[in-house]
Amino acid sequence: MNRVNAIVVGAGAAGGIVAKELAVAGLSVVLLERGKWYTANDCRKDDLRNQRTTVLGNAFGPEDDGNPRVWMDEGGLPQIALPSEGAYQNNAACVGGGTLSYGAQAWRYLPQDFRMRSTYGAPAGSSLEDWPISYDDLEPFYEKAEYEIGISGDYGGTPFHGPRRRPLPMPPLSPNREFTILEPAAKRLGLHPFHIPMARNSIPYNGRGPCMRCRWCCGFACEVDAKNGSQNTVIPIALNTGNCELRTGCMVKEILTDERGRARGVAYFDSDGHLKKQLSDLVVVSACAVESARLLLNSKSRLFPEGLGNRHDQVGRNLQGHHYTGAIGYFDFDTYDDVGPGASIAICDYNHGTPGLYGGGMLANEFIRLPIHTVDHLPANTPRWGLGHKQAMRAWHRRSIVIFGPTQQIPSADGRVTLDPDVKDKWGLPVARFSGNVHPETFEIGEVQASRAEAWLKEAGAIHTSLMAGKPHSVSAGQHQAGTCRMGVDPHASVVNRNCQLHDVDNVFVIDSSVHVTNGGFNPALTIMAIAYFASQSLVGNWKGTGMRS
Amino acid sequence: MLSSREKPRLTRRQFVYAGALGTAAIAIGCRAGRRGEWEYLSEYQARTLAAICDQIVPADEFPSASQAGVLSYIDRQLVRHYRRHRDAYRSGLEGAQALSQRRFGQDLASLSPPQKLEIVNSIEKQNPRFFELVRRHTLEGYYGSPRHGGNRDAISWRMLGLSEPPVLGRAQYDLRKGSPS
Repeated sequence: MNRVNAIVVGAGAAGGIVAKELAVAGLSVVLLERGKWYTANDCRKDDLRNQRTTVLGNAFGPEDDGNPRVWMDEGGLPQIALPSEGAYQNNAACVGGGTLSYGAQAWRYLPQDFRMRSTYGAPAGSSLEDWPISYDDLEPFYEKAEYEIGISGDYGGTPFHGPRRRPLPMPPLSPNREFTILEPAAKRLGLHPFHIPMARNSIPYNGRGPCMRCRWCCGFACEVDAKNGSQNTVIPIALNTGNCELRTGCMVKEILTDERGRARGVAYFDSDGHLKKQLSDLVVVSACAVESARLLLNSKSRLFPEGLGNRHDQVGRNLQGHHYTGAIGYFDFDTYDDVGPGASIAICDYNHGTPGLYGGGMLANEFIRLPIHTVDHLPANTPRWGLGHKQAMRAWHRRSIVIFGPTQQIPSADGRVTLDPDVKDKWGLPVARFSGNVHPETFEIGEVQASRAEAWLKEAGAIHTSLMAGKPHSVSAGQHQAGTCRMGVDPHASVVNRNCQLHDVDNVFVIDSSVHVTNGGFNPALTIMAIAYFASQSLVGNWKGTGMRS
Repeated sequence: MLSSREKPRLTRRQFVYAGALGTAAIAIGCRAGRRGEWEYLSEYQARTLAAICDQIVPADEFPSASQAGVLSYIDRQLVRHYRRHRDAYRSGLEGAQALSQRRFGQDLASLSPPQKLEIVNSIEKQNPRFFELVRRHTLEGYYGSPRHGGNRDAISWRMLGLSEPPVLGRAQYDLRKGSPS
């Protein structure tokens, strides 16, 4: 196999962008993806098998057979989790990664989200920290992501977001009925509602048509290809340069290093299960927070006996996702209009600035809830089965609104990914094991957020409400997983520098949500993309033909 | 903008009629004792399971769980994604039959509706793991996608007033609403 300049591991939100940026700059790239490349032809509107509802499995990977993970239960005992189970903390495994089937909220983080420690101080037992980069550093790259990936929406209503040079490239979709119910209620409460930014065409853009407003969006691939991910934007551009080869069905076993500890390529299992070697000048790990950490930990050598870049036991720590809390409101009129994607209106009034709380999060209405989502979300005291349940389904499915949001998590060094000592996947590789929990301050914020969501629903006319605010006993990661290869200045307390380069190995980069120091009170996709553009620019700038400028 | 929601294709009266036909067809199938109707369940297990499922989603002016194909849904998944639940079903259904025999001296499927409800209430208390499994799978079959054998003719979606087939693309070119940011 010919040596190439760069190997990118993982064709998701970040990996697709990195592959494109490097290929356009003239580097030869091999993009390795363990999943498949699905197209609109593979789009199945299956309420029971997608990436949001997985009772019959994940539609876009990984499959349940041969891909276990391990989590620690309340009693501290290891338990197996299958990919379609919540404890697995799955994202997706396919070309496009999560962006093929995500709800596609495409948020900029707020300026304060990058300086959480300076803003709040670190609560005891937490690892709350500032990012080594600021919102201003990232702003041009947010803009680049918004234009290259294609974002619709309107930040006009929010006074809380940081400055921006250009408006979003597309207007928002027209309001659905929930928007028209919730907007005046929010304004009466003195809040600042606005249109959620979405990686979804509202008008023809990038050669593809607009959203057709169907019921099946979050968790599904788009049958008219109006949802924008790396699979239908940057990856085709990367391939068109002729400099990038995409290999699907390829699972990377380890990063290979030379006697000086520098990467010389990767060993991977191809789609037929054969162990192959690909040599390269540099390696970019973009496998998402859980699998990126696992790959580094599995890449052991004489110089890195505990895993590549893990001299100070930092790889895999600070795992965080979002603590979702909110409320359901039940109304005495129809709130449902069958106009997708459903999520339409948000407020950022509660992201920061509440005395006594370490932050907050965005609140928004939920994507269209399918009937299967309503069965266990009926008003309190509804029978769980029988005629009363059936009648309640008829009474409330079209008369309920969910408002919730991603409460920003206070990270903790104990919330982490390690390698399980016993369990291996179908390739014989040690699997990820989760341990620890989110910091308890997070739950306090979540409870306040839930009561705020409830107040908004009541103002909108809800006649009953139910709070959605749990206290999970394990780490939260899921599709918003982040933090496991923290970006920082101090090599003893972080894994990569501000350019996403391993502190210890100058030709290995981690470019994905793993580097997030904190994870904002927002869906992280656009920030992952902005960081991918940011890190790609410095990578290309420091590239001198066969290696990195030091 | 939102007024174009499609009316269900069938009226409620037609629904009931269609449901009754479906039931008759199932009944005929049972009497004939055809082999191969189920991929995993025995006919006996299927009748027991139907009695339980039909308490979870009973018939009213819309079909019950078994009338809507929930048995097909569960049976199919027991040889597919729910293979791991086979033992739970086998022992749970045996337990349900034993309970019915002990209390009423009859098969669960032959009991009167109030007797069936009493047994299912007891199962929920005595074997909550099995009951929760059946409850969950029944609701999945009834409210999930028709492609898996349940929710026949998307009956539950029509019941909830969802257009079926869905009307897609109706707002595709409505670009008047909303302002550029």
